[in-house]
Amino acid sequence: MSQSNESVIQSSQAAAPAVHLGNPTLMQRYGALLVAGLILVVAPAVAPIIGAGPDLLSRVLIWGIFGLGFDLLFGYTGLLSFGQAAFYGTGSFITAYLLTAGILDNMLLALLCSIIGASILGIMIGYLTLRRSGIYFAMSTLAFAEMIYFLEFGPLRDWTGGENGIPGIPEAVVDFGFVQFFVGFGWPMYVFLAVLFFIGFAVARRISLSPFGVILTAIRENPERAMAVGHTIQRYKLAVFVIAAAYGGLAGGLLGMFQGYMPPDAFNLHTSAELVIQTVMGGAGTLFGPLLGALIWLYLYEVLQFVDSVGPYWRLILGVIFVILVTLFRRGICGEILAWRDRRMSKRMAAAVPPTVGRSAGSDVHAKLVMRDAPPMESGRPVLRADNIAKHYGGLKAVKGVSIAIEEGELRGLIGPNGAGKSTFFRMLAGEIQPTHGRVYLRGQDITGIGVTQVCQMGMSKSYQVNTLFDQLTVKQNVLMSVLGHKRGPFKLDALKSVEGVRGATEQVAAVLAMVELSHRADTPIHELSYGEKRRVEIGLALATGANVLLLDEPLAGMSPEERVQTVALLKKIRKGRTVLIVEHDMDAMFELADRITVLYDGNFLAEGTPEEIRNSKAVQDAYLGGMEEDE
Amino acid sequence: MSLFMSQVFNGLALGVLLALIATGLTIIYGTLGVINFAHGALFVVGAYAGFSIFTATGSFVVSLIGAAVVAMAVGLIMERGLIKRFYHRPHEDQILVTFGISIVIVEVIRGIYGGVGQRVPLPTWGEGAVNLGFLTYPLYRLEIMAIAASVLFACWYVLYRTRLGLIIRSGIEDAMMVRLLGINVQRYFMLVFGIGAAAAGFAGMIYGPMVSIVPDMGFRVLIQSFVVVVLGGVGSFPGAILGGLIAGQILSLTSLINPVYSDVMLFAAMALILIIRPQGLMGVEGRA
Repeated sequence: MSQSNESVIQSSQAAAPAVHLGNPTLMQRYGALLVAGLILVVAPAVAPIIGAGPDLLSRVLIWGIFGLGFDLLFGYTGLLSFGQAAFYGTGSFITAYLLTAGILDNMLLALLCSIIGASILGIMIGYLTLRRSGIYFAMSTLAFAEMIYFLEFGPLRDWTGGENGIPGIPEAVVDFGFVQFFVGFGWPMYVFLAVLFFIGFAVARRISLSPFGVILTAIRENPERAMAVGHTIQRYKLAVFVIAAAYGGLAGGLLGMFQGYMPPDAFNLHTSAELVIQTVMGGAGTLFGPLLGALIWLYLYEVLQFVDSVGPYWRLILGVIFVILVTLFRRGICGEILAWRDRRMSKRMAAAVPPTVGRSAGSDVHAKLVMRDAPPMESGRPVLRADNIAKHYGGLKAVKGVSIAIEEGELRGLIGPNGAGKSTFFRMLAGEIQPTHGRVYLRGQDITGIGVTQVCQMGMSKSYQVNTLFDQLTVKQNVLMSVLGHKRGPFKLDALKSVEGVRGATEQVAAVLAMVELSHRADTPIHELSYGEKRRVEIGLALATGANVLLLDEPLAGMSPEERVQTVALLKKIRKGRTVLIVEHDMDAMFELADRITVLYDGNFLAEGTPEEIRNSKAVQDAYLGGMEEDE
Repeated sequence: MSLFMSQVFNGLALGVLLALIATGLTIIYGTLGVINFAHGALFVVGAYAGFSIFTATGSFVVSLIGAAVVAMAVGLIMERGLIKRFYHRPHEDQILVTFGISIVIVEVIRGIYGGVGQRVPLPTWGEGAVNLGFLTYPLYRLEIMAIAASVLFACWYVLYRTRLGLIIRSGIEDAMMVRLLGINVQRYFMLVFGIGAAAAGFAGMIYGPMVSIVPDMGFRVLIQSFVVVVLGGVGSFPGAILGGLIAGQILSLTSLINPVYSDVMLFAAMALILIIRPQGLMGVEGRA
């Protein structure tokens, strides 16, 4: 068991970016910018000592800009694209073509066109490749980049110059209309690129700290849950894919301008591969990583090339280093440094502040937990209703046609022996799976198969039987993901706003933490919590969506007696003002909590009534005794 | 007409070859859940190992078997040495490590053989052409089709008609359950990786006499087999064969119209599949 835990921790994608809530200090907000600025200023003084000139540094900066976008895509969102060369090449081509064909003579405008062109390509490729995730995404991005490569070398060669590229790009001139100046080769070029990198860095950093960026992290950590708490993750993925494409387009345009020549190998798949390698070596999810990785890559290339005995093997050496880093130091160099700093900080914090004991810590917070507004239902009309819904898997009929109607404010229990179809039934109600036939209505609206995200936005949320949390993030950050789904809706491109600017979010997070009595654990990462605490976060995530209808899937499963008592008390608290449906094996708890109980057996409706009626029902007793051997 | 038919045959030869490579890729993914970005490199290993053995022995058959054995050995070393540590890590990490391994393999080959192209001669029994009545066609390509088809049949037979295949296929469905039944799944997984690698190496060698072999040729093959797998559905054995045959025809028939478009059309077909049937022609919803 301990071994599998270890591997989970080891596998943590990159360093988790900081998601702050409350008031971040100036250092938290601007520290990274300060460091980036310092590095850019100091580099020209330090680099010549190790034999790196302005040209090398300029190239590193171009790759660094390229990498900023890729880091948002891969490091933050977890989408591993092997096709970024398509955007780099396209950007490079557009700038070169516009400037050499005499269509534009303003370099900055040409670069802008590169960004736009690459973004449009990004929308097209993203639309196609994001239809599948995981390995499909990596494979199909690689394939589409090859398609662009073949287009460039084949059908479009009259414009792109085929394998000759486009030579003769004029010298760089920055022209704002009222003022213009030449960017000479050498250090002036470095300064120009450093300014652009700094702007690009500031924007990327801003995006990573925005509510939009926070949700990217949620998608990386747990895409299913991100959807379940009300985010249309497909649109977020497409948006960040396009942002990465835009950075690629800018970097490509700069490459052509820097070299005075558009190299056709910008489209080559080696470009995509090197970007991935550099980012992973430097540290994905840090924004600094790609820059450092590019420095290492290009510097070693330049240095090793001139050492006769190892010259031809520079790629081999880098390949071996890469494999070692991926196997042992997956966070990359910057990521490991940041992780080390965080560990030291939390140790110091722990030494300075004794951990708050006891569970009363949260009760002094009086923030009110806000629910979504819902038109009150006329009496007698159910809030949640299912009409004869069934689910068949091939020949297996998991649920054979069950109806249910739950009144406003009711707490309904759903019980049945194992294999009765409770979970399948529940998943159909929640919109996770499409029923084979039958329909589901929430407040009179048909929600059959519209998907968890939509259902969540309509005010119904589910907690899972098996904890489905954002494991690498803290309790507070977990809750925040749900709250943002409530406050911002299914999708919002607020990539340049701050999380603190989302109105009511801070209060809502605090209120949820107080409700599930985890205020004292707010900044603890999920994987350090006890099982019982994780179960409460699970319920907290459902609550934080602002849901007024809750579906709780075995909230008491696997709890110790003490935890159970506590959770039963919590359930009594949260049912106030909400309509709740609970699936549970714990009969005693169900008889204590529920207003009415529905019993399923073998995929069919068996009985419904008050706890008293169910307890005395002959049919229910038979079903449970009959199902005993499967149950235990 | 005869030009058209000869392109159909070329497409078939290319198709079975792609099917063979993609089969290796897809059974490794289906069983182990790892998408092997080093699969193209194993193809190159096969081609070069075959080339060396042929130079030493002069026997094409020996070098064909040798190529498969060497690629299998490299595959097994990869699996035992590194990849087994990655079964519990995210797909992205698996992709990164196999990709890193592919760089190392290709660069080692470049170090040994240099970057210039090598030529594997045709075997004596593959020289000349055959008159099929409607078309005169190079003998070796016909033989390739026969060899690759029989290897594919052997793979199918092992997977679907033997006890070993049953265990492997159950491992795909639920490795934990198979383990609980007292079967050492790890050993079978290793074997699967070896078979997949051998398929790539074998394909590398039979491909050798048709082109000049270079260390970098694996990447293009890798990408084409990705397209095959996306067309057919990841993890599906019949899908890999169907996808391979379709890809082969697209590549050869479009070059009849305009060779410049043949690769582009291949990817366009993939785009089409992603739009209308994202799980692939023979793929199952929910896997991958």
